[in-house]
Amino acid sequence: MGSAIEVHGLVKRYDGLAAVAGIDFEVPAGTVFAFLGPNGAGKTTTVEILEGLRRRTEGSVVVLGLDPWADGATLHRRIGVIPQDFHFFEKITPKEAIEYYRSLFGSDADPGRLLAQVELLDKSGARFDTLSGGQKQKLGLALALANDPEVCFLDEPTTGLDPHARRAIWSVIRSLRQDGRTVFLTTHYLEEAQLLADRVAIIHRGRIIASGTPDQIIRAHGRPARLRVAGPPGLADLLAKELGVRARFEDGRIEVDLADKRDALRILGAIERSGLPWDSFTTHEDTLEDVFVRMVGRMDDGALKSEVPS
Amino acid sequence: MKPSRIGADFRIVYRSYSRNPVALFFSLIFPIILIGLFGLIFSSIGSTSATLVVLNEDHNSHDSQRFLSALNNTSLVSIKLESVAPADFATWLGQNDYSAGMIIPAGFQGNASNNTTTNLTLFVNPQDSATEGEVLTAVQGVAAAFNLEAKCGGATNCTPVIALAPLRNVGSQVYTYIDYLIPGLIGFSILTSPMFSLVDVSSSYRKEGIFRQLSLTPLTRAEWLTARVVWYVMLTFAAAGIMIGTGVYGFGAHVTLTLGMIPFLVVGPFFFVSLGMLCGTVSKTPEAAALIGNIVTFPMMFLSGTFFQVSSFPPDLAAVAHALPLYYVIDGMNQVMLFQNSTRAFTDFLVVLVASVVVFVLAVRLFQWRDER
Repeated sequence: MGSAIEVHGLVKRYDGLAAVAGIDFEVPAGTVFAFLGPNGAGKTTTVEILEGLRRRTEGSVVVLGLDPWADGATLHRRIGVIPQDFHFFEKITPKEAIEYYRSLFGSDADPGRLLAQVELLDKSGARFDTLSGGQKQKLGLALALANDPEVCFLDEPTTGLDPHARRAIWSVIRSLRQDGRTVFLTTHYLEEAQLLADRVAIIHRGRIIASGTPDQIIRAHGRPARLRVAGPPGLADLLAKELGVRARFEDGRIEVDLADKRDALRILGAIERSGLPWDSFTTHEDTLEDVFVRMVGRMDDGALKSEVPS
Repeated sequence: MKPSRIGADFRIVYRSYSRNPVALFFSLIFPIILIGLFGLIFSSIGSTSATLVVLNEDHNSHDSQRFLSALNNTSLVSIKLESVAPADFATWLGQNDYSAGMIIPAGFQGNASNNTTTNLTLFVNPQDSATEGEVLTAVQGVAAAFNLEAKCGGATNCTPVIALAPLRNVGSQVYTYIDYLIPGLIGFSILTSPMFSLVDVSSSYRKEGIFRQLSLTPLTRAEWLTARVVWYVMLTFAAAGIMIGTGVYGFGAHVTLTLGMIPFLVVGPFFFVSLGMLCGTVSKTPEAAALIGNIVTFPMMFLSGTFFQVSSFPPDLAAVAHALPLYYVIDGMNQVMLFQNSTRAFTDFLVVLVASVVVFVLAVRLFQWRDER
């Protein structure tokens, strides 16, 4: 499988300050790639460079074999883009908008089919300024598909949407992947990335701090699975003494790391035998969001500490 | 440039505009209200010495010289002698931007000696009420003094030696203020609709990211701007039709409908769409764009001959007016609709055309779809 996007040594500086400080990644064709990062991390700058909307300072960027800045006009016929906070002409309806794009691209896109695909068919005759936030984003997505693109750039497409609208867009993203298109997704929602993406990269302060499949990132940077039991502090002492595990008590719960799933059975058996009162139990594994929050938080703490004069 | 893309964008402009009642009101209804208001209100302007062009058919006889000298001494008028065929005098005045003229007929001196009345013919421009007032005051005052001093000598029932023939208007036929107002207000419409709209659109579309969105399509900046030029040309034709219809049928205006109007109805919107785009492009925020747009628009609105003849302005202000592109649009339409002076109209057209091409190219070059930083 060839790469749809190749980025090497990408740097973007504004007035000497690096918004993107030398990043490398590749996106295989036909996959969903999630680009994650906190606000101001350099996500949008990177995606705009890939779309040919912004000039890079250094490095090499190739999308579908083209330089996005130099070959923008050619590239734009082969990509679809939904920008952050999509806006369109206020008095124009979704059907007219797709007809407009169809004329501009000279494509044969069917407005009815595209609007049905993004679940907006019932609003095909409503003016843009009467649509809800979610409906506007759906129109943005439909327009991004009007030229039958090979690569779709979706910049925070579900930000601010209700859960139903968000799931509708997820469904479209899955169908894009099934059609063999490449999707470059930036998002704040880690759950979204974990559900949809084949590969993920986390950018922070202009540098990529982790990349791989969601599972790889969780394995590499996440904590072990944990068992949590609601019970008295004495339970923690008992487990430490009897099983030699490290048990922590906090907020009425005991938390024990699990090296193996069978450990959970051993621990629960010991608790039951102790005769001490206990209530519910849960097991917990790190999600991509847990990993993201901890990695970014750790880096921010480090940065803060390094700024404190000794 | 691809016509199909211009057509697609034109449909977007047309639909956006036709679904916006406020925009339609200001483009098509507001000028009619202005015609009504200005047709009913006779405005006056602060006075300076008015130029009175004189055609002396009495070959500079002693009495005619004395009469003109007395007029000059009133300080109300400044006499300018010209030699034009009397039949063409009204047209000549219009074509040369003079608001007042007078013919002293042959035999003025002889009539004075014989106690016979000489009728002086005065030409005035109804749109330039200030000049008309000054000229009438001066001529009537000096004529009365001549009548008293020279002939009547205090006697009653004497025959006046100087009388005023019914006033005639500058131009080749009798015009009213409303006749002059129609080309002016068509110019007003050509200026305001595209300027206000494009200044707003160019800055707000940039802020909302719509230009970035369009930059990802094959539509070019020149095509985008051309679609708007085409729309505003069509809107200008509609507005001009409505204004001429209102003026003619509502206020009895006299204007010549000629194909010579068409170049100005095309090149005018071409210029102001481009200028509006340029103003929006060089501004960083919609607020700054509105400010720049107003700074550019408002002086042009009042100094280009829209409501008042530039010939009635003080010389310094008139020089400013001649530097404004709208002056040439309105003057050109005056020339074709009122004075049938195609030579001067062609010159006006060339000035606006060259300015339009320059501003269009500048607007397209400076207007960026994407972030060049």
